Amino acid sequence: MTSSRSDILVVGAGPAGLAAAVTAAETGCQVTLVDDNPHVGGQVWRAERETLPPRAAQWYARARQAKVHMVGGATVVYAPSPHELFAHSVDGAKKFQCEKLILATGAHERFLPFPGWTLPGVVGVGGLQALVKGGLPVVGKRVALVGTGPLLLAVGAFLMQRGAHVLCIAEQARRTRVLAFGASLAWHPRKLREAVKLKRATRPIPRQYSTWPLAIRARSQSLEIDLTRKPESAAAVTKTLECDLIGCGFGVVPDTVLARALGCDLNGEAVRVNDHQQTSIANVYCAGESNGIGGADLALVEGEVAALRACGQTIGRDLQKRLDRGRSFAQGLNDTYQLRDELRHLGQEDTIVCRCEDVPLEHLHPYGSFRDAKLKTRCGMGACQGRVCGGALAFLRGWAPDSVRPPYAPIPMEDFARMCADATT
Amino acid sequence: MDSRRAIVVGAGIVGAACARELARAGYSVTVLDSRPPGCGTTAAGMGHVVIMDDSPAQFALTKLSRELWDQLDLPDYGERETRGTLWVAADSEEMDAVRSKHRAYSDQGVDAEILDEHQLAEAEPNLRPGLAGALRVAGDSVVYPPTVVEWLLNDANCDVQQVDVTEIDDNIVTANDGTTLTADVVVNAAGNYALGLLTEPLDIHVIPRKGHLVISERSAGFCNHQLIELGYLKTAHGNHGETNSESVAFNLQPRATGQMLLGSSRQFGKVDSVVDPGVLAKMVNRAMEYMPGIAKLQAVRTWTGFRGATRDNLPIIGPHPTQPHLYIACGHEGLGITTALGTARLIKQFVLKEEPDIDPAPYASARS
Amino acid sequence: MSDRIRMTIDGREIAVEPGTTVAAALMMNGVHSFRESPNGDERGPLCGMGICFECRMTVNGASGVRTCNLLCADGMEVSTQ
Ligand SMILES: Cc1cc2nc3c(=O)[nH]c(=O)nc-3n(C[C@H](O)[C@H](O)[C@H](O)COP(=O)(O)OP(=O)(O)OC[C@H]3O[C@@H](n4cnc5c(N)ncnc54)[C@H](O)[C@@H]3O)c2cc1C
Ligand SMILES: Cc1cc2nc3c(=O)[nH]c(=O)nc-3n(C[C@H](O)[C@H](O)[C@H](O)COP(=O)(O)OP(=O)(O)OC[C@H]3O[C@@H](n4cnc5c(N)ncnc54)[C@H](O)[C@@H]3O)c2cc1C
Ligand code: FES
Repeated sequence: MTSSRSDILVVGAGPAGLAAAVTAAETGCQVTLVDDNPHVGGQVWRAERETLPPRAAQWYARARQAKVHMVGGATVVYAPSPHELFAHSVDGAKKFQCEKLILATGAHERFLPFPGWTLPGVVGVGGLQALVKGGLPVVGKRVALVGTGPLLLAVGAFLMQRGAHVLCIAEQARRTRVLAFGASLAWHPRKLREAVKLKRATRPIPRQYSTWPLAIRARSQSLEIDLTRKPESAAAVTKTLECDLIGCGFGVVPDTVLARALGCDLNGEAVRVNDHQQTSIANVYCAGESNGIGGADLALVEGEVAALRACGQTIGRDLQKRLDRGRSFAQGLNDTYQLRDELRHLGQEDTIVCRCEDVPLEHLHPYGSFRDAKLKTRCGMGACQGRVCGGALAFLRGWAPDSVRPPYAPIPMEDFARMCADATT
Repeated sequence: MDSRRAIVVGAGIVGAACARELARAGYSVTVLDSRPPGCGTTAAGMGHVVIMDDSPAQFALTKLSRELWDQLDLPDYGERETRGTLWVAADSEEMDAVRSKHRAYSDQGVDAEILDEHQLAEAEPNLRPGLAGALRVAGDSVVYPPTVVEWLLNDANCDVQQVDVTEIDDNIVTANDGTTLTADVVVNAAGNYALGLLTEPLDIHVIPRKGHLVISERSAGFCNHQLIELGYLKTAHGNHGETNSESVAFNLQPRATGQMLLGSSRQFGKVDSVVDPGVLAKMVNRAMEYMPGIAKLQAVRTWTGFRGATRDNLPIIGPHPTQPHLYIACGHEGLGITTALGTARLIKQFVLKEEPDIDPAPYASARS
Repeated sequence: MSDRIRMTIDGREIAVEPGTTVAAALMMNGVHSFRESPNGDERGPLCGMGICFECRMTVNGASGVRTCNLLCADGMEVSTQ
């Protein structure tokens, strides 16, 4: 097993993790940055084929310059303590030891169950973008994007550029809310510029607000989706589209698996941090969307703050200001795209909620907690250990996730045993 | 006529089985647990329904219990599968033990069959070559304990309440909000916490003994029986209460889902539920010695549980020595899934003053 | 093109551009159902980012490998069983 030791270990190489790693390394710390993707960049700055987007490329160059030890394609699957973590990759187990740990594990999409959401060809919105960046051609493909949040637009624009025929963007939020949020961006010039650009780029795509999916059906060579538009006043309008691929995502959920495994307290669905990005566990910091959804710019600032604190430095007033601004933007974002109550009823009794174990919604009725439901129905017991159904059930039932146990992702027994034997805890 | 009332404290498998027996005997039963049913040790157990011959009393209780499992009309979600147990002998010395075990089982009328090296390899092709043989006990089975609890309670049609009990004084049960409940009969089946609830303590102690399990992804057909190394009995015996004593044994269970559930470890002196990497490594390595293919199975989750152990490894079943309305059912160590049914039968027979199916003296609460 | 990556899916030779993920390579080559659920339903990649485990395949003999965050490599053997 390869083994490495550093002052600071950063888990997750999205904007937060990159900023944290670079900042810490530039203050003279020895830094290791590990991510389960082959390239740095995380979800927003995902490489397309071999090419990183410009901002990611800049940070990557800085990271190399500062001699950050970067390890890609390795998933952290066991952390017996905050100072000793094990990762798994195609070439086996790796051990990391560190003084301080910065968690920048980001967020993943929230999927809500509705009839047909489990069919092949129905993917996440970010998921679809990731597949296309990974080389899946979409030229001439008919695509529908449904769900909520700015990601719908960003991915719509991206897919159009790659030659897809984007049939619609169906946003669950009310139009008035989204417009009000747009107006508030005057306070965030960079965001405003981005928004205007996106709006222009997606102009040809029909956009519908207060709209969500009812059902998806498989046809011989395509998919068919029923969408309903529910203006507050008039009766519901339903329409059906035939497509090749459907992207659906109802916002994003902080990825807290590693933090919970280490015993960090949560604040709602996110890792609880103090003003300095420190978690409830000593020597463990958290930055980026794992401590709350706020976008790449906030993640960068948080990464910087976490790194400075982990290195024992103070936070300048300018940085503090950027942090506060970022948080106010995040608040507006989350309020705007809050999921509507109507979405609690998208699933039918027999709609699968736990994809790993094929558990339908109706099986969950008698239970009051994730753990109880899990033990009695197998919901959340499968390979993803509740990562997918957990996001849905947090919204549908208000359930907190069940406990995390190693390995945090399925790995061969022999590798797991090797890690355990090598743990000094 | 109003039916007589019973309170069962603890909705683990033992409490649920007792509730069902009493309900079938005409009692109106209330079950109290501080959490949802079946979320204690019962949610951590392997669910192997197995006859064990560590002592005559253990044999008698496991045998009675297995017969009762066979009579139970469990629905599919109880995941019961009768695949049998293979007690695997590594060498000729252990093969001798297989033969004496065979004699003991046959004498008691339990079907068992000796497999030689070749028959063993045929029955379980993934075991490493060169093992000496095994004892096959075909009537042993596997269940999924949490849903069995749910079914037992439903079948008993009893009232289940979420109540945190702080004290049991004969037939008076006190909750943490100060309220009390009384009944004609109280059964204390609060697992590892049972004895701590008594106002009149017993001489006998129950000590938690930590165990680890790992479950794999679905890999149906990887093994066909529950496989246990013959040395398991020795490790299960252990040194009672000795701090930091630990042991591991090869114990692999094919589940109805096609998953493989791998055990087992035993540690005294550990009270937190954290996975202990050193023990886990030993456990998995031990298993890979017997079955090299385990190396490639995908581990999905690990967890730990606490078996309540008495000094003589037998459960406590029967009336409290000085409080006549109170019955105790705890201390089932690593066999409480199996023996819950026999335990409940004996409790019912005590309560109704019926002739017991087996001699209950070895399980008396008045021992130490 | 000479710098294309050559690999096999169930023994069938394919060639892809460098930087292609295995999940994308499979979808491009007509594989849409990656897994059979316990009820026997077909499933394909969902999250594209290593969370859902719907895209797992046997790669170079190792089972259960997530293909959405694995890059194609020369000589790689993917088996969909
Ligand atoms: C036969 C069998 C097969 C299984 N198969 C799988 C499988 O395939 N996949 C899988 O993921 N899991 C499986 N499980 C395991 C199961 O999901 C649990 O992981 C297991 O029961 C042990 O839980 P734990 O140790 O992880 O819980 P812990 O991490 O110990 O968590 C205990 C939970 O209970 C709560 N709790 C503890 N004490 C109390 C109390 N007094 N009051 C209220 N709440 C309390 C805690 O807050 C915590 O949420 C299986 C279990 C069994 C028995
Ligand atoms: C790793 C492991 C593997 C095992 N494998 C097997 C096996 O293969 N076969 C087998 O037969 N057995 C096995 N066992 C043993 C078996 O799991 C236990 O013997 C059995 O579950 C004990 O059941 P119980 O009902 O006594 O305890 P529990 O399930 O713990 O039930 C006690 C209940 O009482 C409740 N309670 C406690 N205190 C209070 C209170 N103050 N107020 C209200 N409620 C309270 C708890 O919440 C709990 O639900 C295994 C055990 C472990 C740990
Ligand atoms: S598509 Fe979800 S893990 Fe690969």
